[in-house]
Amino acid sequence: MRATARVYWRLLVAGFRRQSAYRLAALGGLVANLTFGLLKVAVLFATVRAAGGQLHGYNTASMSTYVWLSQGLLGSVNLHGRTDLALRVKDGQVAVDFLRPVDLQAGTIATETGGSLFALIPRGLPSVLVGAVTVGIQLPNSPVFYLLGAISVLLGIVISAATVYLIAVAGFWLVETRGLQILYMLASGFLGGLFVPIALFPNWLHIVATATPFPSIMMCPIDVLSGIGGAGGAAELVLTQLAWLTGVVAVGQLLTRAGRRRLEVQGG
Amino acid sequence: MGSTGTVEAGAAETAGLREKLRPYRAVLASRARSQRAYRTSFVLDLASSLLVGLVELAEVWVLFSNVTSLGGMRFNQILLVFGMADLGFSLADLSFGHLDNLPDFLRAGTLDAFYLRPQPILLQLITSDISLRRLARAAVGAAALGIGLATAGVSWDPRTVVLLALGLVSGYATFAALFVWAAGLQFFLLDGEEMTNAFVYGGRYAATQPASVWSRPLKLIFGFFFPMAFTAYLPTVTILGLPGPDWLPAWLGWCAPAAAAWSWLMGLLCWRWGLRHYQGGGG
Repeated sequence: MRATARVYWRLLVAGFRRQSAYRLAALGGLVANLTFGLLKVAVLFATVRAAGGQLHGYNTASMSTYVWLSQGLLGSVNLHGRTDLALRVKDGQVAVDFLRPVDLQAGTIATETGGSLFALIPRGLPSVLVGAVTVGIQLPNSPVFYLLGAISVLLGIVISAATVYLIAVAGFWLVETRGLQILYMLASGFLGGLFVPIALFPNWLHIVATATPFPSIMMCPIDVLSGIGGAGGAAELVLTQLAWLTGVVAVGQLLTRAGRRRLEVQGG
Repeated sequence: MGSTGTVEAGAAETAGLREKLRPYRAVLASRARSQRAYRTSFVLDLASSLLVGLVELAEVWVLFSNVTSLGGMRFNQILLVFGMADLGFSLADLSFGHLDNLPDFLRAGTLDAFYLRPQPILLQLITSDISLRRLARAAVGAAALGIGLATAGVSWDPRTVVLLALGLVSGYATFAALFVWAAGLQFFLLDGEEMTNAFVYGGRYAATQPASVWSRPLKLIFGFFFPMAFTAYLPTVTILGLPGPDWLPAWLGWCAPAAAAWSWLMGLLCWRWGLRHYQGGGG
């Protein structure tokens, strides 16, 4: 058991270190994040002001918190759906992965999570910091929210890795998963609250959004960290994330087993 | 006698030009054919591109489901801004968007192959591909623009038509220039390619917003340096006869062609600068 845990830990560290090799890429991502952040602040502040300063529990200070936390998380959670694994499934290299004494799903998620955790350092924290200095953000006082927030961010990252894993293994049947990837990119961004917090959605759309795992990726960590809804609300959100994680991982495990039997490698 | 000579010279010139353009036309036609060869795949590409446009529109609509007016514009007025910006951007993306692949060429060293052909490199790159699927997204922009024009109380006179044409053509040219501008910078950025997303895709996002909500630094960046306000917001303000915000008076809508010229100047300068910096792939 301990040996198994060590293998996945090593994969996580390897993912972290691989990501750390691309410093210029991280800087490029940060500049893009900050620009989009300023534009989001402009249009969302105008919306809150047009609504009379209060909009579904948001004022300009908590809206700013939403904007900068979302921009900070953007480099760590996968909202575009592209993965290395999808390419390996397509060209058959995944057969080699199956030969390794490591679970394909757990190994892939561990490596992805490592890279995502690294991205918090050059992209996540500076985005929040620059936002806090230039526009100002409002954070809760109680340490409970930071503790739960850290768990929630980690859960969001793992849920996104586990969900994009589903797209990759769908390739066992579909071969070309680009259509699915684009669908994921649109749905996870919009329903996950990337440009507009889902609290601002009309009721029916809010129900649609919460029936998907997408809010658990980015919206939940933001709401937990910003302390909206109190400690009870935060705990509830973390539990929701745990439930989605269990579901997504279970589906991934089933698909991997079925896909493994389906996989046909051409050539010798 | 003399006039016949001019006509003949003119005809010869046209024929010469046609001959010069022939290789570009051949490449573009082959790219267009190859995309339509797999019908199902092409239909799916069109559908996903349509969805991209619809989701972007939905993001604007969600905001307006909470408030009636944003930055001094109602929803049907913002449809004009969104439609004009997205139509221009999608068409620029269709014809220039693949310049984004330049970092891949640079990393693989395949750009060097372009040097072997007796044609300008930028022109070769631009005409090396065309993304027909973006037509679906352009259709969303056109539909939004159409609905906006029909419902926002636009007075149909020659002035409106001229402004609309001026805005659309300049908007397309400005977005196209941004792709060239970004490509020029890629020679220096390589792994930092995402940096140019800040003004290309960030620029598209900015162009669909009412510029009146921007802070002063944003007005400097996206109002003038990357002139996104000129691609849709300012022409719309001029068409509708609305008062412009601070720093962006309504008459600036007439200056959209100047913004396009500025963008092309900067784009071509950056491209030249980047190409001079390039040392080859070492092949």
